[in-house]
Amino acid sequence: MSDFVTQHPVLSVSVIKVVVLLFLLMTALAYLTWFERKVVAHIQSRWGPYRAGPHGLLQPLADGLKFLFKEDVTPLGADRFVYYLAPFLSMSLALTAIALIPFGPSEFEMFGQRTGLAVADVSIGLLFLFAITSLGVYGVALGGWSSNSKYPLLGGLRSAAQMVSYELALTMSAVGVLLMAGTLNLREIITAQQGFSWGFLPRWNILAPPLPQVLGFLCFFTAAVAETNRLPFDLPEAESELVAGFHTEYASFKFAMFFLGEYASMVTVSCLATILFFGGWLSPFPEVAALAWTRYLPSIGFAVGGALLIFYGVGYITRFGRVVLPALGLVLCGAAYLFMRPGVVDFVQGPFWFLLKVLFFLFIYVWVRGTLPRFRYDQLMAVGWKLLLPVSLANVVLTSLAVVAAKP
Amino acid sequence: MTVELALFFVLAAIAVAGALSLILQRHPIHSALSLIVVMVALAALYLLLGAEFIAAVQIIVYAGAIVVLFVLVIMLLNAGVEERTDLSRMARYVGLPLGILLLFLLAYWVAHAVPPRAAAVGAVPTRKLAMMLFQDFVFPFELTSILILVAILGALVLARKES
Repeated sequence: MSDFVTQHPVLSVSVIKVVVLLFLLMTALAYLTWFERKVVAHIQSRWGPYRAGPHGLLQPLADGLKFLFKEDVTPLGADRFVYYLAPFLSMSLALTAIALIPFGPSEFEMFGQRTGLAVADVSIGLLFLFAITSLGVYGVALGGWSSNSKYPLLGGLRSAAQMVSYELALTMSAVGVLLMAGTLNLREIITAQQGFSWGFLPRWNILAPPLPQVLGFLCFFTAAVAETNRLPFDLPEAESELVAGFHTEYASFKFAMFFLGEYASMVTVSCLATILFFGGWLSPFPEVAALAWTRYLPSIGFAVGGALLIFYGVGYITRFGRVVLPALGLVLCGAAYLFMRPGVVDFVQGPFWFLLKVLFFLFIYVWVRGTLPRFRYDQLMAVGWKLLLPVSLANVVLTSLAVVAAKP
Repeated sequence: MTVELALFFVLAAIAVAGALSLILQRHPIHSALSLIVVMVALAALYLLLGAEFIAAVQIIVYAGAIVVLFVLVIMLLNAGVEERTDLSRMARYVGLPLGILLLFLLAYWVAHAVPPRAAAVGAVPTRKLAMMLFQDFVFPFELTSILILVAILGALVLARKES
């Protein structure tokens, strides 16, 4: 084993990074379902999951077990190969995309290899991300077709048309950022956004000269919501019209794979919005002596959260909760202490800000879902082709002019 | 045998197998899927040559857009399994030999036209490619886009219903 590691250091490092990322991501995706159900519930004045564990914290685990033990039905007359392939494609492509995301600027050493906080640092990372997401439509379209049933077929058709239409706007709206950054590498796109205008306004692409990419961002996020088939653009699975759309005939873990794929693409798109428009891992505070305390914000946040959790947890209604919640609070406080240590404090800055921004976009996703009603199909197509595409094209033209004008 | 060569043979085998499956499958959707396999294998081959940009564009344009349209059309028409017919006499006695002849001629030309290893000059940076595309070859580039625009307009005119 150790021979293998010394002979193939690059391979070993990559494998370890993939395994760690996959583990963290799967846990995060499971709790993203909990997060979504809780937020939507509170938007609608409900409690949401509450019984499985304190505040439904064990709900993702219960759901996962349920998915595993459900009967796995294959509909009669389904094209078996494609029927099994579709959920696999849907999930694996969505997970692959996350391998390209850089989560922070720090580097560390493993088996004598300097390596960063991304599984793959590709020189044309953004194009590769778009390449992978452009294949994501197959999972949905093929799943709908192979089920041999009319509602999934209609859902699959809708989704293929919708995803192809919105991909144009999605890609076009990112071009403005590329013009300003002059590179396709995600890491360099972030470092190009360093610095502050007038000493306090971060030069993130959404605020930066020569042309703040507000239009680009609005187009990007709208197209991204449609591209990931989320409300208000979730026509491929509009339950009032199509039962459940393309995954009507899927049960058990194959359904869970579609589900995981959808959530993973939500995470990818939120990461992309963070990287392209909101400065990725960059802190919003300038590096001046008066604001040096902001380096301890991760610690402060975790400590306050942990303390509140302990305080609230000891009086929780169930005995299980009275044990688990304070324990969780202690873990958070421990993390807060760890994040204060010299060395660690610099390491966590990047990932902290990055994940905070990603969480913000995930919240917007859920917020939009809880607020807006679903679009009609012709409205959806009209928004895509007649509004988003021209606006994002105009954004490209304006940004190019601004970039040229700003050049000395 | 180097890793590159081994990878080349694996990817080439996948591409050829995908192409054969594309012809031999009886269901249009399976053929379209085989086409995606070919496209992705070709993209990986470009990657092996260091042409990252071409590889990404190959996947975005061909696998991500064009074949999606094929699949969409097949789904819309709900095309079923095709019947297999025996080759006609013409195809069997004239078509097959001519096809095989063309294959050998192409292989001969390719083998002699490209000096070995000339293609493997190393990675071309995307920036350099962009410079060439938008400075040296900007006229053919714009010409191509006009051609595509004309094709779109033609399709619109043809598809438009007479009122």
